[in-house]
Amino acid sequence: MSELVQRVDLIFGEYSDQKYKTLAETVGRSNEDIIKDLLDSGLKGRGGAGFPTALKWKFTMEQPADERFVICNADEGEPGTFKDREILSKVPRKVFAGMAICGKVIGAKRGFMYLRGEYKSLLPGLLKEIEIYDETAKKLGIDFKIEIRMGSGAYICGEESALFESMEGKRGEPRNKPPYPTVSGFMNKPTVINNVETFVNVLMICRIGPIQFRKLGTHDSRGSKVFSVSGDTPKAGIYELELGMPLAEFVEEFGDGDTKAVQVGGASGFCVPRKKFKDTIIGFEGVPTGGSMMIFNSSRSMYNVLHNYLEFFEEESCGQCTPCRVGCQQLRKGIEAVKRGDKPVVYLEQLMKLSETMKITAKCGLGQSVANSFSSIVSNFKEEMIY
Amino acid sequence: MATNNNNQIIKTLVDKYGRDRTSLMPILQGIVEQKNYLSDTDMTEVARELDLSAAQVYGTATFYSFLDTVPRGKYVIRVCKTITCDMHGKKLIVQTIENMLKIKVGETTQDKKFTLLQTNCLGWCHKGPSMLINDEVYADLTPEKTHEIIAEYMNK
Ligand SMILES: Cc1cc2nc3c(=O)[nH]c(=O)nc-3n(C[C@H](O)[C@H](O)[C@H](O)COP(=O)(O)O)c2cc1C
Ligand code: SF4
Repeated sequence: MSELVQRVDLIFGEYSDQKYKTLAETVGRSNEDIIKDLLDSGLKGRGGAGFPTALKWKFTMEQPADERFVICNADEGEPGTFKDREILSKVPRKVFAGMAICGKVIGAKRGFMYLRGEYKSLLPGLLKEIEIYDETAKKLGIDFKIEIRMGSGAYICGEESALFESMEGKRGEPRNKPPYPTVSGFMNKPTVINNVETFVNVLMICRIGPIQFRKLGTHDSRGSKVFSVSGDTPKAGIYELELGMPLAEFVEEFGDGDTKAVQVGGASGFCVPRKKFKDTIIGFEGVPTGGSMMIFNSSRSMYNVLHNYLEFFEEESCGQCTPCRVGCQQLRKGIEAVKRGDKPVVYLEQLMKLSETMKITAKCGLGQSVANSFSSIVSNFKEEMIY
Repeated sequence: MATNNNNQIIKTLVDKYGRDRTSLMPILQGIVEQKNYLSDTDMTEVARELDLSAAQVYGTATFYSFLDTVPRGKYVIRVCKTITCDMHGKKLIVQTIENMLKIKVGETTQDKKFTLLQTNCLGWCHKGPSMLINDEVYADLTPEKTHEIIAEYMNK
């Protein structure tokens, strides 16, 4: 690997010799102490929204309740993301340890992992690891059980409140917010829901300490991040890199020399054209990403890319609210009409306005984020939408 | 005879997962695993067991793309159609399968052995094109490789 892009070995680093060593060391510490470490580390959630993990745990812990839950979001459905699968197949122990630490801190006795149906082949390995966890928990006197629940092919169930609905045996339709999960989550109890990678980060902070963790990344984006790199690249795969890197460096490392655009953050993320590579930072201060990096070279039609994304949203919209249900469909039909010449070019402006309306009126993150890829692709590649 | 058998499958699942509504997904998933789809009779039976209305069970089932409510083949093939797999030759993979099985996307073979579907991102973008056959993942597909895989299933 060149020196350009700094590689990190935090998430995928080897297990300690002793099973669940860090967990054993952490259960003896005070909850306030652990929360303080998480706060000092600057850790933000790795599922996309980037909420500070320490605060999420603190709010849940402080919410009066007779029962609380820990949920690991392993629904990974964002196009171009496959890093959680890699984490779950290579270092599942770190995920379960992170969940158990969370259980201790917030006072939960049950934790669940919601695993997408598409990843069912991971189940046997995970169940085996849970057996090891159970033995260890018994020895350490940890009163926290972990169970796995499967999804059944619905991207929207990655949205936290839709995920709760699904676990409760209902249609995966997002709830109104507030209340947030920290107040009312699974079974209307205070719930911490975190991404797979977030739980591993928690464990690593407990192992190496917040100071060491803060050395990675930048002021607004602490730590390392697991990236899923795909598209027109000779190096497609999974890479653990520091956050806060300029996109230009990323492209130099991973592009095929002819990169025209990078879609950062999946179909619900942003498309960055070549002329903006230099000024774009990958991280919370620039373009945030749950890890998805899709690279397109100049042989690709950005119309086809956008069309593919819109079809995705149209199918995966839960259909609950009108701006999203009708909006996704109209955006797709709209760009088709412009391409065919049935609608004038100025119609694109109207479609952009529609996507902006969806951003402020849709009920959940799915409908709200369609505008990200829509506006960034249409405004940067207008000619391709027309001819 | 067949009904008794069905009831037994559902009973076993209900005994295993419990009668709470939170068990609904695992129970429906278990039925699909064994019978490839959810029939109206099965959904009504589950509703009765869990003391829910049939509409509640039907509503949940029809929301999820993997909980099929129409008869499916023994092997359900789901080819990923999201952008990276699409860019890397998904079309040829689908054509290969269509030619071999003599069905189109969305259809089931006469002998009820195969159903061919397309699906959204499977999470194998770095090794596209990819597909699922039931729970098994096949990535880095080429038409030749696809041919071999499908031929193997045809002989099963
Ligand atoms: C449509 C949609 C899909 C989502 N899918 C996922 C997912 O697959 N995995 C995930 O961790 N978060 C997903 N999220 C974000 C979750 O709602 C939630 O913010 C996240 O699990 C919180 O964990 P974190 O704080 O560790 O990032 C999704 C959000 C939306 C709106
Ligand atoms: S924005 Fe879309 S996915 Fe979200 S609740 Fe509305 S219809 Fe459902």
